[in-house]
Amino acid sequence: MNNNTNISSPGGFRGVLRFVLSELKPKGKMLTLFNVISLPVMILGAALLVVRFTRGLGSITNLSQDFPWGLWIGFDVVTGVAFAGGAYVLTFMVYILRSEKYHPIVRVTILNGLLAYIFYAGALLLDLGRPWNVINPIIGKSFGVSSVLFLVAWHFLLYMLSELIEFSPAIAEWLGMKRLRKILSAMTLGAVIFGITLSTLHQSGLGALYLMAKGKIHPLWYSEFIPILFFVSSIFAGLSMVIVEGSISHKVFSDRLSVRLKRSHDDILIGLSRICAGTMFVYLFLKILVFIHGQHWSLIDTPMGYWFLLEVIGFVLVPCIVFLYAVRKRNLPAVRIAAVMALIGIILNRLNVSVIAFKWNAPLHYVPSWMEIEVTLAIICAEIWVFRWIVNRMPVLNDPPAWARSRTNGEIKNVPRQKKEVLQPWDT
Amino acid sequence: MDRRSFIKTLGATGGTALVGKRLRAENSSGADEPVGVLVDTTRCIGCRTCEEACAEAHGLPVPEDLDEDIEGVVRTTSEKQWTVVNAFTVDDEEIYVKRQCMHCNQPACASACLVKAMYKTEEGPVIWREDRCMGCRYCMISCPFDVPKFEYNSTVPRIQKCTMCWERQQKGEIPACVENCPEEALTFGKRRDLLEIARRRIYNEPDKYVHHIYGEHEAGGTGYLYLASVPFEKLGFKTDVGTTPYPELTKEFLYSVPVVLLLWPAFLLALSNATKREDDHERKIREIINEVGNE
Repeated sequence: MNNNTNISSPGGFRGVLRFVLSELKPKGKMLTLFNVISLPVMILGAALLVVRFTRGLGSITNLSQDFPWGLWIGFDVVTGVAFAGGAYVLTFMVYILRSEKYHPIVRVTILNGLLAYIFYAGALLLDLGRPWNVINPIIGKSFGVSSVLFLVAWHFLLYMLSELIEFSPAIAEWLGMKRLRKILSAMTLGAVIFGITLSTLHQSGLGALYLMAKGKIHPLWYSEFIPILFFVSSIFAGLSMVIVEGSISHKVFSDRLSVRLKRSHDDILIGLSRICAGTMFVYLFLKILVFIHGQHWSLIDTPMGYWFLLEVIGFVLVPCIVFLYAVRKRNLPAVRIAAVMALIGIILNRLNVSVIAFKWNAPLHYVPSWMEIEVTLAIICAEIWVFRWIVNRMPVLNDPPAWARSRTNGEIKNVPRQKKEVLQPWDT
Repeated sequence: MDRRSFIKTLGATGGTALVGKRLRAENSSGADEPVGVLVDTTRCIGCRTCEEACAEAHGLPVPEDLDEDIEGVVRTTSEKQWTVVNAFTVDDEEIYVKRQCMHCNQPACASACLVKAMYKTEEGPVIWREDRCMGCRYCMISCPFDVPKFEYNSTVPRIQKCTMCWERQQKGEIPACVENCPEEALTFGKRRDLLEIARRRIYNEPDKYVHHIYGEHEAGGTGYLYLASVPFEKLGFKTDVGTTPYPELTKEFLYSVPVVLLLWPAFLLALSNATKREDDHERKIREIINEVGNE
C-alpha cells in the first residue's frame, strides 16, 4: 500500500519525473458511487463553462444589474473561505501554542485549506467578466490601494503561497527529497505566522467588502462590525469543517490513517468541539451586542426578522449548546450534528449578507440558476478528486517516511508522550 | 488623543512604511474645482432630447421608445442607455427627472475598484477605463445609486455608465445632454458656481422650490445637483444615502490593516517563542542524557 515511503536513490530530475508520472495513474477502484456521480457533474460543469466563456456571464447565470454578485461569490468564495478557516486556527494551535494533541490532523487541514483556496480563487476567475485583466493588481498596472478587494485579492494570493509552504514538506517526503524537505520545514513557522496574519485580515476583509453596500443590505445584517463578525465566525466555521471532513476522511481513508491519528481522533474532535462552543458563544454575544446597538427591535416581527432569528438561534445558539452537551458527554454523534448545524449557520449567514438580505426588498430578487449550482457542485467534486489523489499518495493522514521522522525539526514530532515524561537528567 | 485618532496615527505611520499609498483614500480635490451639472427639474419638460443626444454622442443605440409615454414607469439606466428621464405625478403636476451617474465627489465605485478602472478625474467626471477593468463588479455593489451597468451577454463585457462626456470635455465641449437641452434645465459648470446658481434660484423664488439642493451633501456631495419643487423622496431619489462619503465606510477597516500587519506577527512570534522554551529545555536534557550514556 505505502509505496511512497522513499525512493532509495532519486536518480536526479528524470528519476523524480518518472516517479511522478507513475503516481499520476489512478489507484483503487474506479467504479465507486462517488465517481459515478461526480464524473458526469464535472463534465456537465465543464460544458457549462465553455458556454459561459463563449457567450458571456448572462448565458448561464441569473446575475443582473441589480444583483451583480450571486452564488459563485456568495457561496463559493465568501462561504468557502470561511470554511477554509480551519487551517489558520489549527496552525495557530499547533505551531504557535504548540499543542501536540492536534498535530496529527494539521497536515490534512492545511491541505484542505490550500485546495479550498485554489478552487475558490478559481471560482472567482469564472465570475470575473474580464479575467485576463486579473493580473493587473498584481503586476502593478494600477494599485487600487483604497479598495478592500485589493487587499483581499493580494491576501488570497499570499495566503495560498504560505499554505503551500506549510504543506510542502509532505510533497518533499513524497518525492523523497531529503534536503529540500529540511529547507521547507525550516520555513514552516514563518509561513504559519504570515498565514495567520493574512487570514485575520482577509477573513474580516471579506466582510468589509460589504461595508460600502450600506442601505442595500437589510439592517439586521448590516453593521460596521461585519468584519469582526466574519472573523470570529470563521474560527468555528473552519473548525466545524475540520470535524466534518475529519469524520468523513476517517471512514473513507481508514487504510491511510496513522496509528497515532486513529488513537487520538476522538480526543481531537472533542477538543475542537470545546473551542467551537467557546467561539460560538463569543460570536453570539457579539451578535446580540450588535443587534442591541443597532436598535432594530421593531424589525424582529417581520419575515426578515424571523429569518434572522432562525439563523442566530437555530444555527448558532442551538449548535453551541449541542457542542457543549457533546463535550460533557463525550458524545461523538452529537459533535458531528453540532458541526453540521454550525456549517449550515455559516452558509445562512454568508448567503444572507451577500445574496438573500442584499436588496431584500427588490421586486425581482436574484435566485441562482440551476447552471450556477451545477458549476458550484462541479468545483466541489473536482476539489475532492484532487484531495483524494493527494491523500492517497502523500503522507497526509499517514505518518511521514522513516527518514523524515528521525529528526524533530519543528515539523513532525514523533517522540511519544510517555517517553517525554521519563526524560529527566537523573534517569541515567 | 482618543482611540480613533490613535489608531489612525498608528495606521498612518505603519502604513506609510508598509504599503505606501494604501492609506491615501480617494480624494478628489484636485487643483481645480470639479465640474458638475445642475438639473432644475422645474424646467424639464420631459422631451427626452438628452437621452437621444447621449446615445448619439457615445455610439449607443438610440432609444426606440422616444415617442412613448413614460408616465408611471420608473426606468433605470442600462448598459445601453446611460441616462433616462422619468415622469412623476405629484399633486396633479407632472415632474420629470433625468437620471445618470451622480459623479460623486468621493465615489464609492472608484474607491472600491482594485485596479483604478473606475476613476475620479481631477476635473470631476468619474470615468471607466477599459484596459484595467477585470469585471469583478464590486463597483456595482458599492455604488449607492446603482449606476454602473455590466454587459452580461458579452464575452468582452464592459461597465457602462455616464462619463459626463469626459471625451467631449477634453476637447473643450460641454456634455451632450446639456448642450442639447432645449429648456436649459441642465447647466454645466464648476460645482461651486452651480451651487451658487442653485441657491440664487431658491432665494429668488422661495415658493417654487423645496429648500434643498440634492447632491450638495448627499453621499458626501455629488457632481450632479438637483433642484425640485416637491420633496425629493417623491421623485424617486434615494434619501437614505447619508452625507458621509462612501469610502469612509471602509476607511477604518483599511486603517487597521497595517496595524494588524505590524503587530500580529510580532505577537505570534513572541507567543511561539514563549511556548518553545520547554521543548528546547527537554532537548538539551536529552542531549545530556545521550552524552552521559555514551561515556
